[in-house]
Amino acid sequence: MTTADLARRPNVIPTRRRRWVQRTGFLMLTAATVLTVAPIILIVGLILVRGLRAITPEFLITFPTDGLRAGGILPAIVGTLWLAIGTAVASVPIGIAAAIYLAEYAPDNRWTRSIRVAIINLAGIPSVVYGLFGLGLFVLFLRLGTSILAGSLTLAIMTLPVIISTTEESLRAVPNSFRVVSISLGGTHWQTVRRIVLPQALSGIMTGVILGLERAVGETAVILFTAAAVYLPTLPASPLAPTMALPYHLFVISTQVPGMPIGIQYGTAAVLLIFVLGLNLIATVIRSRARARRQW
Amino acid sequence: MKPGSLSAPPATPLQPSLYKIVVEKLNLAYSDGKESLRDVSLFVPANAISVFFGPAGGGKSSLLRTFNRLNDLTDVVHVSGHVWLDGVDILDPRLDIISLRRRVGMVFARPVALPMTIRQNLTYGLELAGQQYGARFEEAVENSLRAAALWEEVSDRLDDPASSLSGGQQQRLCLARVLALEPEVILLDEPTSGLDPISTEKVEASLQTLKTRYTIILVPHSIQQAARMADHAAFFLEGELIEYGPGRQLFVKPKDRRTEDYVQGRFG
Repeated sequence: MTTADLARRPNVIPTRRRRWVQRTGFLMLTAATVLTVAPIILIVGLILVRGLRAITPEFLITFPTDGLRAGGILPAIVGTLWLAIGTAVASVPIGIAAAIYLAEYAPDNRWTRSIRVAIINLAGIPSVVYGLFGLGLFVLFLRLGTSILAGSLTLAIMTLPVIISTTEESLRAVPNSFRVVSISLGGTHWQTVRRIVLPQALSGIMTGVILGLERAVGETAVILFTAAAVYLPTLPASPLAPTMALPYHLFVISTQVPGMPIGIQYGTAAVLLIFVLGLNLIATVIRSRARARRQW
Repeated sequence: MKPGSLSAPPATPLQPSLYKIVVEKLNLAYSDGKESLRDVSLFVPANAISVFFGPAGGGKSSLLRTFNRLNDLTDVVHVSGHVWLDGVDILDPRLDIISLRRRVGMVFARPVALPMTIRQNLTYGLELAGQQYGARFEEAVENSLRAAALWEEVSDRLDDPASSLSGGQQQRLCLARVLALEPEVILLDEPTSGLDPISTEKVEASLQTLKTRYTIILVPHSIQQAARMADHAAFFLEGELIEYGPGRQLFVKPKDRRTEDYVQGRFG
């Protein structure tokens, strides 16, 4: 049927009905969008509005007192920072190396395909399972005890799948023609990866790393088994010391402490949220800057 | 051409030492069975432009990519025969492929400016070779850009991103990038297929100048370009070398019926 035939066809659906269908369709799509966004705005808004009131400089730099019912949350903030750094140190180099292998060197066979399937499945395992695994392997078997190190290593294992898949994806997004040109100019495979592919994929890799760490920062179940203490009178002295951490602290003061002032709960939630949203913002900025600079 | 025999060398009197590349009974097949070469033998003279032409899938690009072993990146299931470059068999598995690729440069159909500045594009190959940045780099940048007829247009913005150049300029940058390595052979696989007529003319003009110093092998994007550029021409059809000789002879008085049909536009 040519366009001319189409034009000659009588209108099968009356104009008024079509307009109605159109308007209803738009309405439903808009409603779906509002339904998705509204809870997020409500949650974030509520926590920030109520939480920011509780956040004073003192709240951020003092220890909790009176059975967690008063004072600040300094040890939880410091603990979460340490856990994030430990997780990054343990997971980023291994994750990026694994992704480089999978994207650039691994042959496409059953073995590498099953590795990929395993990685995807790892990303879907409930965090409490990771927590118990970490408890068994790091805390008990390797005798690291409940510690920052055990927590970081467990969180790193949980974060690895995210880092590996996003890094592999951004490596693969680099046009193959760059690789061919580099090799045709006398480059080795590794020179090509290091000088062309990695720099071009860097923003994507950083985004993946940050998104992975974001998951680790907010994680509660894993640190409950491997790293966290309800209350510590001092900041952790070594990686082998247990630590307080924001998500776990929030869990404890919300469920385990009778007569807990609600302001401190909201304040703690707000600090944790700012942590995570801040990381997210950094990832977004990196991504949009890289996109503006990209030459392909 | 009888299978197994070397095709007749070009009629112009040439010294054997002038043959930069000698292909002997080359057979090649890919795993997907798409393009292949069957029993190809030919001489490529130095300091001249040799044109490989014919319909798509005839094996021209495969032969080109054999000369710098770029076929190693693809799924080649079978190679036999010899390709001699200055008397060294480049199909030898023990060959140093990296230094081969520095001696045999390649320009692709689509201009690929590496995502860096114009200057960095030109020095990239030298840096890969482990050379330290110095006065020699500046010299290489200017000389290669002049040889590729691009110097006048970019000399005042060498540190701009290469992607800011037009398509035609990018392709000349690709040529200059190859020249900066001071290769001996330059392979060009339809280098002007995406370019406007003016850019095409500039590329062709620089090739005509360059041939005094380099061995140039060109897969043209049209028969007209083949006829314009060929000192020597080889006609490929379905993986076989049908006819090889001086350019004028092939386009004016081809010996083989199939060459004649193709040159006169009766097929392909």
